[in-house]
Parts: sequence; C-alpha cells; structure tokens
Amino acid sequence: MRKIRIAHLTCGSEYSGVQHEIEEAAAKVNAQIVFPEVEIGRIKEISDEFGLQVASPDLRLMIARAQSIVKGTTKADAVFITTCFRCAEGAIVRNSLRDYIHQKSGLPVISYSFTERTSHETLLTRMEALSTTALRRSLLAREEQTGLTAGIDSGSSTTKAIIMRDNKIIGTGWVKTTDVLKSADEAFTIALKEAGVKREELDGLGTTGYGRFLIGKHYNAELIQEELTVNSKGAVYLANAQKGPATVIDIGGMDNKAISVLDGIPGTFTMGGICAGASGRFLEQSAARLGVDVSELGSLAIKGDYNNVTMNSYCIVFGTQSLINSLSLGKSREDVAAAACYSVAEQVFEQQLQEVEVKKPVIMVGGSSLNIGLVKAMSDLLKMDIVVPPYSQHIGAVGSALLVSGLRGGEGNND
Amino acid sequence: MKVFIYPTNSLILSDLVERFGHEPLALMTEIRKKVNTPGLDSPPLNVTPDDPKKGLKWAAIEIPSGVRGRMAIVDPLIEQAEAAIIIEDAEYMFGCMGCARTNELIKYVVRMKDIPVLELKYPKSENDAKNLVLQVKEFLDKLMKQEKEKARAEEE
Repeated sequence: MRKIRIAHLTCGSEYSGVQHEIEEAAAKVNAQIVFPEVEIGRIKEISDEFGLQVASPDLRLMIARAQSIVKGTTKADAVFITTCFRCAEGAIVRNSLRDYIHQKSGLPVISYSFTERTSHETLLTRMEALSTTALRRSLLAREEQTGLTAGIDSGSSTTKAIIMRDNKIIGTGWVKTTDVLKSADEAFTIALKEAGVKREELDGLGTTGYGRFLIGKHYNAELIQEELTVNSKGAVYLANAQKGPATVIDIGGMDNKAISVLDGIPGTFTMGGICAGASGRFLEQSAARLGVDVSELGSLAIKGDYNNVTMNSYCIVFGTQSLINSLSLGKSREDVAAAACYSVAEQVFEQQLQEVEVKKPVIMVGGSSLNIGLVKAMSDLLKMDIVVPPYSQHIGAVGSALLVSGLRGGEGNND
Repeated sequence: MKVFIYPTNSLILSDLVERFGHEPLALMTEIRKKVNTPGLDSPPLNVTPDDPKKGLKWAAIEIPSGVRGRMAIVDPLIEQAEAAIIIEDAEYMFGCMGCARTNELIKYVVRMKDIPVLELKYPKSENDAKNLVLQVKEFLDKLMKQEKEKARAEEE
C-alpha cells in the first residue's frame, strides 16, 4: 500500500511537545506528514488576500500553507489542521481553513485542538479515517453488498454483529461489551444462528469500533477499518442516501461523531471525546438514576418538557448532579429525562455540528438513535427532520459487512 | 550587559547588540540547546510535553499549551535579561515570533522586570532605519557607560 501524504497545517504543535505524537499516529496508518512550502516574504500578503488578518505569524503561515495545497503547489492526499486548545484566534483559523480546503480542493480534512497531553492513540482513529478516505475511495463508493459477509462493531458500550447476503440483512447480534473478545464472539454467534449460516461459509468479515484490531486479528478479518468511514457508509446505505449530500450523527457510548458525506464518501468529520456529558454513557447514568432501563429513557423524555429543568451536563459528574438536584426540587421524571436528552443533543450541536457542514438528510445512528427523546431534541435544535434508518444501532457492523464485500476479488483499493 | 531582544530571533538586532559591546540574549542559543539534546523527542525543536508544564511558571493552565511551551524556551533569556530592546511591528524577514499571544506575554514580562527597555517601531524608510540604528546605539552606549560607572563604584 502506498504511503499517503497528509499535509499538516499547524500554528506550532512542536511547541506543545506533541509533534512526535502526530507523526506516530500518521506512521501507524502508513501516512507521511508533509509541511507545505511557502515563501516567507509572501506569508503576510497571502493571508491578507485570504481576508483573515490574524495577529499570529504562525497562523498566517497556516493560511499560506493552505493556499499552497489548494493551488496544487503542494501535493497532498489529505489535510490535518491543528491549533492549541483554548486559543480563540487558532480556532477561527482552524475552522476557516477546514471549510476553505474542503470546498476548494475536495480533499478530506480533519481538525483537532491539542494540549500537551494529546497522545497518538487519541489521534489514531482520525488519521486512519483520513487515510481510508484518501486511499479507498472506490471501496467507499460501493453501494451494494454482495455474497455472504459479516461485520462486527466492537463499541465501548455494546458489540454488534451483522450477517448479510446479497444486499439483505439476515442475522443480527447485539450484546453489552464486557470482555472485548467474549462479547464479539457472543454477538457474532447470535447473528450467525439467526442467519442460519456457519462461520466457514462466510465470504468475508469486517471489523470496526474500539476493539477492531483485537477482534480483527482474532478472526483474521479481511477488513479492519475505523468507525468514522464505516459508520458513515453504513448510515447512507441504510438511509438510502448514497447519492448527494448527507450528515451522519453518531452519539456513542464514549464519544460522538459528526460526518459530512457526499455521494457516500466522508468529506469533513469530527470526533469529540473530551467530555462524557455528551455521550451515551450520560444517558445510561441518567436512566439508572431515574429508575428506568436506558431503552425506556426516550419514551419517558418524550412526555416531558426540557424547559422545566436547568441542566448543565458539560461534565458527566455535574450533569448527574444537576439531575439529582432537579429531582430533589420536585421536578417530574419526564421533565428530567427530557432535559438529559436535550442536554446531550445541545452539546453535540454546539461542539461537533459546528465543525461540519450540516446538509439534509441528517441521519442519526448508533444505539442512542433508538432514544426517541434524543432524536426529538436533536430535531428541535436543528429545526429539521432526522432520519433514523432501520438497524440504526447496527450501523458499524452493516458498514463493515457492506465494505468487506467490496474486497472480494481484490476490488476496492486505489493503491 | 545581557540584552534581551524582541523579536528574539532577529539576526540584525542580535548583531547590533554584539557590535556595541553587549551580549545579545537571542532565541537561537536556546533552540540550539534543544537541537543538540540527545535523542529526538519532538522534531524540530525537541520540545517535550514537559516544556508546556515548565511554562506554567509564566502562564496558568488555561493558557494554550503552545504559549506555555514557547514561554519555557524563552524563560532562560527572560531570567538573564539586564536590559531589553523591543522592535514592534517588524517584518517577518527581520525576525518573526510565531504566536501573537506569546509575544504579548513575553513583552509584558520583560516590561515588568524593572530593567532598561528601549521600544521602537519597525522602520518604514531608509531614514527611519538609520534613526533606529542610532537610537539602538545610543541606548547600548548608555548601558555601557552605566556598567562602567557601576564597576568603578564597586572598586572604590
């Protein structure tokens, strides 16, 4: 497989001591970090022409480097934009450049704000998604599943398995994730039993999610791919939105993903994982405190009004504290459930959805998409209808089963 | 005297300070220490995640890590400074400090040090440039004179 060139635009990740973490994450996905060349004497002029007259010369250098990519002076397959966490000026440049590069060059772009604690493990999924989008465009463009294939999505909360035959889902498995391998085996066995097929009959197996490498190696999977590209593919496939634009929202157990898709291929994507206040985990905790199963939280929330409860769940601990305080003030369980759902949706809206271009249809996937209260809250915030496709909780496994069928006969690689 | 210069990587300023008999405190010497550190921790500067933590001396945790990492590199220069020359709005070719927020903090810290500080605007014409060199020379000569007087007083 050829090395892809990821152009790195940064105001100085080396000054935060994290440059080697970025390089290490890139090396793990067989990518090479490149820094676009620009003339020092033209940096100020170029950024003035761009129209963003920021004070920091390193941010102006980023703008000049972005122009070098767009003009084709620097050859790149993907772009990684990073600035310091908590820098307003950096955030303005980061957002502007992400849109500029995506619109003018069509290259996959991802941005990230780092601290000195940023590790290559945190960056790996993002780098992998950039690499996949750049290298496997023809595989990602696949619209139909063929043959008999399986997909396993090893998530932080649940493990999902899917068996597909000739573009139809014939078996599903969904279990809570405890031991990664045991849970995968359990979900896989359930799905195979439901489909009435044996493991050895399968033409291919794909894995995704946090445990993808471990279970992929264990089962000798033909495809091991991160969840950003796999989930977006599964989402547009199941929502029948493979042509044109789409936005995929996946509120997971540990992090959230928002992906802007065009013709089934992810363009810009963002992945949040700084705070658990906007995750499925918070909804699980809320359900436990309200004395209902998490699967019933949505139906409870739909009967309530979030306006009656003040909830700030930017942190899972303080969010739970707000919830307990509200209950002790005599607020109804329905209102509190609605507020918990709205709080998660609001945080995803404020953090993830500001970083991608939200275009219809908006597709919600993952286990949390079964929470009707959360879907309603997201719909209220975005002021548009949300599509929840069938099997939305199995999206990663479906995406894996679909994509691995594209590898049969050596299809799918651009290398 | 040890004279802190801003932009801290300005070769012209560094040269002027040296020509007029003082020791320039320039960023290049600190960068060189990083480059010569055995083992490449983080190209190109060998800045490690510990440096932004050292930068907490100058800036709190809510300040971006890049600011704190830069402050850790500049810290020894600020600590040694007995005088300073600050040139505002310089062209990038004259000397360029990458992060505006760090630059604001560096200049503030230097101004707070209770040392002689010469602040000038970057020249826009040949005449302005000649004036700048003259003002720098006068400032440095005055420092030299003060240093000699101080040495004489110590001898007596």
